[in-house]
Amino acid sequence: MSFVQADREELAMELDLQRKMLRDMLLARAFEERVAQEYAQGNIAGFLHLYPGEEAVGVGVLHAAEPADYVVSTYREHVHALVRGVPANNVMAELFGRKTGCSGGMGGSMHLFNRERRFMGGYAIVGETFPIATGIGYAIAMRELPEVVICFFGDGAVNQGAFHESLNMAALWKLPVLFVCENNHYQIGTEIHRHSAVAEVYKRACSYRIPARRVNGMDVLAVHQATEEALAQIRVGNGPQFIECETYRFRGHSMADPGSYRPKVELQAFEKNEDPVKIAIAEVVYPSAEQITAVGRDNIANLTESLRSGGHFPAEHVDVMQADVAAEVEEAVRFASESPEPTLDDARAALDCNRQGEVLV
Amino acid sequence: MNDKVYYWQALNRSLDVEMAADESIIVLGEDVGLYGGSYRVTEGLYAKYGEWRLRDTPISEGSFTGLGVGAAMVGLRPVVEIMTINFALLALDAIINMAAKIPFMSGGQFPMPLVVRMPGGVAKQLAAQHSQRLEQTLMNVPGLRIAVPATPQDAYWQLCQAINSNEPVVLLEHELLYFSKGELDESRQAPPMHRARVCRQGSDLTIVTYSRMRDLALQAAMQLADTGIEAEVIDLRSLRPIDWDSCIASLEKTHRLLIVEEDSGFAGAGAEITAGLTERCFLIMDAPPQRVAGKELPIAYNAALEAASIPRVADIVSAAQQLCRP
Ligand SMILES: Cc1ncc(C[n+]2csc(CCOP(=O)(O)OP(=O)(O)O)c2C)c(N)n1
Ligand SMILES: [Mg+2]
Repeated sequence: MSFVQADREELAMELDLQRKMLRDMLLARAFEERVAQEYAQGNIAGFLHLYPGEEAVGVGVLHAAEPADYVVSTYREHVHALVRGVPANNVMAELFGRKTGCSGGMGGSMHLFNRERRFMGGYAIVGETFPIATGIGYAIAMRELPEVVICFFGDGAVNQGAFHESLNMAALWKLPVLFVCENNHYQIGTEIHRHSAVAEVYKRACSYRIPARRVNGMDVLAVHQATEEALAQIRVGNGPQFIECETYRFRGHSMADPGSYRPKVELQAFEKNEDPVKIAIAEVVYPSAEQITAVGRDNIANLTESLRSGGHFPAEHVDVMQADVAAEVEEAVRFASESPEPTLDDARAALDCNRQGEVLV
Repeated sequence: MNDKVYYWQALNRSLDVEMAADESIIVLGEDVGLYGGSYRVTEGLYAKYGEWRLRDTPISEGSFTGLGVGAAMVGLRPVVEIMTINFALLALDAIINMAAKIPFMSGGQFPMPLVVRMPGGVAKQLAAQHSQRLEQTLMNVPGLRIAVPATPQDAYWQLCQAINSNEPVVLLEHELLYFSKGELDESRQAPPMHRARVCRQGSDLTIVTYSRMRDLALQAAMQLADTGIEAEVIDLRSLRPIDWDSCIASLEKTHRLLIVEEDSGFAGAGAEITAGLTERCFLIMDAPPQRVAGKELPIAYNAALEAASIPRVADIVSAAQQLCRP
């Protein structure tokens, strides 16, 4: 194979990945916006935490993972589940509380599970993802498998004791855990400087000698690359790694929260300049003829590099993708609303799922 | 075969037998490995099975119990030892919010072959923070099973059964029982894990009890026999589920119920047993059920106060006599 050919193939793979990530980001945004509407209409209830603004984190991280890796997440996990390949139908059905949901209607928004996809659950007690992931990591390490467990958590979670206890054990026993902090700067209404003595979250991993870095969590390519590098380190047996993704949520903490504690300009600035979906589109779309002309011929050479990573993707294709994900979300809503409710027998069966025919008394 | 062994030795045998048979069994806890366990329960196992299967943990009850939960979800069979139940308060999130909920919340997708073993109870002047029982805290949690072995034979059987179950099981041991002796016959067929045992036959009243109070109830029954009262003594062996049928069968004979528990009575295990048996047996009872329970006090360091805070044989005898008065 010639250099040129190898180069082309690599480029093609890179572009393919970028398109897939873009599609997932569009799906994530469309899914969550629709979920908000369904909540307003009373089809979804309970605590509901949405992901708009943070898509680059979940998408970038999970596209760098292998199917055999495990994912442990928080209550803000719809998008993690979707990107992991849990069908939108089953995620939506779970939010509707239906039997066809990925947790049989027993879990709801904050407790999505899917064993087949190694999606090990959404946890609603802040800080629980640390020990769960550490335990999965323990099992992987003991069996000497090449798998990794990815542990998501927010900036607020790092002040839980479990954060420190678990990082200590993960480092001590060199467990294959990738800790991913989704730092959206808020713990509900408390801004990070008001909840953490050290606001650079990644620095806190240093107490446990876990290699840690901070990336721009609004840039899916940056997140993806950092994750690839971290996973490679973990897979050769070097123990846990830590990535802090700086991001921002565009909505309130949950549907119950208007988010009025945040300065308007802060939100506007992020929405206007840092929307990860817009950034991702800009990164993959082939520059239009007008854009090239505007930059000027002399600068075309300078564009080559960004083109290479930016891709050859006509803007119209984004519209096609948008329509595609909209249809997927529409179908998910139809599927969910037509699905049956679980029964009390289903609930008992879920509780006793591990009984194995054992006679207790 | 019918050797007399210490309670801790029976637990040790159980772990050894099961660990030899199944490589996915691991033990997690403070000083369970190199040191051999605070009550010698894991003695000798570290040398045999190595550090990955007997893991000495930092003092992080919440997270090493949670680690056990995560490991159980992917097929390991962790036996978590919490040094005493008092420290389990730091692990309640892992036990109640994780282990008991994950199989259910996931719609039945994940196994939870987790065992949490820990001693509780009043020992010898360990004061208020080291003398709690707390069984009622865990009894109210659907999704958990709770065994309370009182003898070496039951300790052996119930730990083996707990390890082999795919459901989360809490094994409540007792600090004063570790160095008690009893028979252990490993070849005997175990009864179902949560079935109660009638340890003494009698026709005048039924004493329902569990854990260390079993011995006191049996002593009381001997004294009662001298005064002409024949007590039937039932060792529950389990607090969730409770074997109602064995209790009902006894009450059909005796018509009188006395519950003996070491924990303070208010909203405790005895309250549940009273309610459960009153609902089922009200019409055949000749007298209101009575409880002999620990006092509504934290346990004092002072030896006399400590002894006075939990049931004594004499308390059981006099309560039984009151109950049987015509
Ligand atoms: C142990 C615990 N305490 C409090 C809460 C209530 N609570 C839910 S989310 C949240 C804020 C968490 O912030 P962060 O970890 O930054 O995650 P984010 O929601 O920003 O993604 C709080 C306090 C909880 N769920 N669990
Ligand atoms: Mg946050």
